[in-house]
Amino acid sequence: MITAKELTKRYARNTAVDHISFQVEKGQIVGFLGPNGAGKTTTMRMLTCFLSPTSGGATVAGYDVLEQPLEVKRRIGYLPETPPLYPEMETAEYLTFVGKLKGLSGAELRRRLDYVCDRCAVADVKNKLLGKLSKGYRQRVGLAQAIIHNPDVLILDEPTSGLDPKQINETRDLIRSLGGDHTIILSTHILPEVEQTCEQVLIINKGKLVATDSVHNLQNRARGAESMLVEVSGRNGSLDFAAVQQRLEQVAGVSRVVPKQRQENRNTFEVESQKGFIRGDLARAVVESGWDLNELRPAAISLEEVFLQLTKAQVDAQDGSPKESL
Amino acid sequence: MRNTWIIWRKELHGYFVSPIAYFLLTMFAVVSAFFFWLYLRGFVEYGMEMQMRGQGMPMNLNEQVMRPLLANTAVIGLFFIPMITMRLFAEEKRSGTIELLATSPIRDWEVILGKWFAAVTLYACMLLFTALNFAFLFKYGNPDWKPLAIGYLGLLLQAGALLAIGTFISSLTKNQIIAGAVTFGICLLLWISSSVGEFETSIWSQVLSYMSVLTHFEESFAKGVLSAKDAVFFLTVIFLGLFFTVRSMESLRWRS
Repeated sequence: MITAKELTKRYARNTAVDHISFQVEKGQIVGFLGPNGAGKTTTMRMLTCFLSPTSGGATVAGYDVLEQPLEVKRRIGYLPETPPLYPEMETAEYLTFVGKLKGLSGAELRRRLDYVCDRCAVADVKNKLLGKLSKGYRQRVGLAQAIIHNPDVLILDEPTSGLDPKQINETRDLIRSLGGDHTIILSTHILPEVEQTCEQVLIINKGKLVATDSVHNLQNRARGAESMLVEVSGRNGSLDFAAVQQRLEQVAGVSRVVPKQRQENRNTFEVESQKGFIRGDLARAVVESGWDLNELRPAAISLEEVFLQLTKAQVDAQDGSPKESL
Repeated sequence: MRNTWIIWRKELHGYFVSPIAYFLLTMFAVVSAFFFWLYLRGFVEYGMEMQMRGQGMPMNLNEQVMRPLLANTAVIGLFFIPMITMRLFAEEKRSGTIELLATSPIRDWEVILGKWFAAVTLYACMLLFTALNFAFLFKYGNPDWKPLAIGYLGLLLQAGALLAIGTFISSLTKNQIIAGAVTFGICLLLWISSSVGEFETSIWSQVLSYMSVLTHFEESFAKGVLSAKDAVFFLTVIFLGLFFTVRSMESLRWRS
């Protein structure tokens, strides 16, 4: 549905997007992940024909962004970072205006208007001035504006920024429910968002594509060995730190025990293992030694760490001192 | 053309929902009414003086009231035009709504034409208020309507040209004040540049004085003369102004 080939945008002094290539299949929800200023917005603007690439190119729904911009624009819905609202317009009035701009008219326009108002939960502010709406409503009107002409491709630039937690969840549900019919690219610097909404993730840093994979694979890639957090405390006030560490190391399958926290009567370790499932053995070892097992949980690596590892590896490589990456 | 119409409606809505249109209409009406009163009073006093002297000098409303008033309206327009055009693109660029227009399946020139038409429409509404003044002349006097109609045509052409320049300047910046100030400066320059030709005879000063929008109005349309030469001048400026706006919008895609 979307293909980018060596997409590059250079400004006078810096390169905002540096030879990015990727492909998005129909119906997928793809997360564009990167720190602020990584080039996410610039890439999206090139896909929506708002900016022209310096070199390279892209096709959306089979149309070239440089050669057939009108055809591309007909097939995309775009929500920029700040929703493009006219404060002096009322919600319904505004959505009608956008619908007309996108080529809708008559009964179809009215039908779509009702549909998006319902879908984005803005029906109750239909006759309110956009300038008076709260941030959450503005964002949702922005989303309604993007889907009013039922586009094949949705491009959403930080769709949940500035919303409260409840609204964020609602927006994510909405985006998820739009997937399937629409191909969606959304950008964010919030990692859980990608984990929750997207199937595929493109990680971008300093204008370069660092990684592209499914969310699931990325998590696995970064996890490597499984690790466990174990908190142990002594029964009658005293606890021999070294003894606990030693005992844990003796459990079959454990490759490394890293002390995490050390309090008087309570120790936390991170236990890494190569073997799959050692929680039972760990628990037994602790209890049989006469200590209390306060906590035992997998130290799941979030995308956050994946992301930091990936972007850090890249920075290190640029510094000329490549360190251990994945 | 449908898209131009959509943009036109949206812009007019923007003018008339916000107080902009009403302030402009009111101030324009007040200023023109003041000048109308001034000229009419002069006309009446002159008439009485003539009567007291017993001289039967021919009095002509067209020549003595309408023509100077039309020329006057053209100058007042110079002051109001920057306020009409300054927001056209600058506001869209500042608020980010330009991204909506630029990513909708609509051509740049359709957007520009729609916005310019809306500006011309607002100015035409302002002119309607001055027409009210002239309506009194028709009630109590017997002026010729044809020179007046030609005068209004000229006013619209002149305003169209300046509005096209203002539209272009507004597309260059995201700051409305800058857009307004620069447009105002250019309007004033195009007004006073006619005087350069009076004391300089070099080719450049001739060009400068030719560029003056007021000479193209005062010497023909204000007198009730339908001049193809001057109409072509205004139409050329309109075309160039809008053409450069198209280029300026295109260049947005290549900048940040």
